[in-house]
Amino acid sequence: MTQAATAETITPTSGFAYSILGESGVDVNLCYQCGKCAAGCPVAYAMDYPPAQLIHAARLGLDELVLGSRTIWLCAACETCTTRCPQDVDIAKVMDAAKILAVDRGINPAVGEVRSFHKAALASIRRFGRMWEAGMVLSLKLRTGNYFKDMELGSRMLRKGKLKLLPTFAGSRRARRIFSRVKKVEREADRPE
Amino acid sequence: MKYAYYPGCSLHSTGSEFDLSLRSVSPLLGVELEEVDDWICCGSTSAHAVSELLALALPVANLCLVEAMEMGEVVVPCASCFRRMKAGHHESATRPEMREKINRVVDRPYQGTVKVCHPLEVFADEAMLAEIAVLATEDLSRLEVVCYYGCLLTRPPKVMQFDRYEYPMSMDAVLRAAGIRTLDWDFKTMCCGAAFTLTETDIVYKLCADLLDEAQAVGANAIAVACPMCHANLDTRQPEIEERLKKSYQLPVFYFTQLMGLAMGIPATELGIGRHLVEPGSLIGGQPKQPASAPAPAPA
Repeated sequence: MTQAATAETITPTSGFAYSILGESGVDVNLCYQCGKCAAGCPVAYAMDYPPAQLIHAARLGLDELVLGSRTIWLCAACETCTTRCPQDVDIAKVMDAAKILAVDRGINPAVGEVRSFHKAALASIRRFGRMWEAGMVLSLKLRTGNYFKDMELGSRMLRKGKLKLLPTFAGSRRARRIFSRVKKVEREADRPE
Repeated sequence: MKYAYYPGCSLHSTGSEFDLSLRSVSPLLGVELEEVDDWICCGSTSAHAVSELLALALPVANLCLVEAMEMGEVVVPCASCFRRMKAGHHESATRPEMREKINRVVDRPYQGTVKVCHPLEVFADEAMLAEIAVLATEDLSRLEVVCYYGCLLTRPPKVMQFDRYEYPMSMDAVLRAAGIRTLDWDFKTMCCGAAFTLTETDIVYKLCADLLDEAQAVGANAIAVACPMCHANLDTRQPEIEERLKKSYQLPVFYFTQLMGLAMGIPATELGIGRHLVEPGSLIGGQPKQPASAPAPAPA
């Protein structure tokens, strides 16, 4: 919100819209604010800004508002918005791009647990090649300090044979190779010669 | 018909009943599934929130394995894996600069030859439906099922090109062919909250309660799903939702392949039905239903 207080003129061709375009290939300036994305969003009730407002904020260059919002972390990626947008704006992709930009710029995620979940999930995939759910949940608990959440459910699922106690390592080396090559390609893109 | 088979991580753990039941019904219908050797995770919910390239490279690496098997089609039952595989294929087909990047990070370049299919596409084929009708001999007339497709099977339509995206019917067609009554309802593609079950559980409680309310309102006594995440949320969270809202749903949640198997006379144990938290009771024959006063008792 700090930008709104400065003397800068806010225009719908903001640099931030270009950052989103660069990260996702989506042009937020195509949005004409019909509000259909917000109307269909199942999680809008829990967001601080409904999707249509967030897209408008991106157009206006209010990057701190967008990147610091709860909205980008509460998007469930159900793609209802993307599917229904009459202007073909891939709103779900904008939400992902905003999460990536927020992390790049070192902005504290407004919903920290969701970020921790993504970290724990990807660490599990990188290490084992496949998601090891029991280990991922444990690592999520270590990251969030929320040790007792869902303990009872976990033990019921274990008794039903729905959780594997031990991981497999099938394809783990291939997964690790892909993760490190992706890092390398992305680093090159950040520093064009 | 022979297909490559990509089960994905869930079908080896929390959604193992989906794997079990799909493997039981497929041979009866002449569908042979050959699991991709050494497949890796598709990146699922998390990779696309962190890196677009990673989110495309992980599924494409698996499509490359399918190409190495010299198979033209891969069956992908998990809705989230299905979505990511379709994304990997679509983006590498339509964005040359992205294809070039993906091919730099996977072990062998993707030629773009693999058709990604969902088991519903395989089974909802007209000849297959006729076959299902012949094989389905068990009486399941007690069931009143709503088919819940979830978000990702049909969305976004440009990429998925699967069924009608706001009101899909393929699961209804398969179950109806198996002699099971399916009901019309408005929540076929509503979101269940997906992976928020571990972090923002309140969102999952609300969205699943909406779904359960609607299923109950149209008179359903069971829900059929095609996604391990939808199953986990509607089945494992149902007792907690009942407790919080002081309501009784007692709506068992089946993978559609389990219902196909039951209709074809495969025993419930072979279909993994005992692994569900909401037990079907007398709905599917066999053991009598729990008394209605006891909400979803914990298994002994």
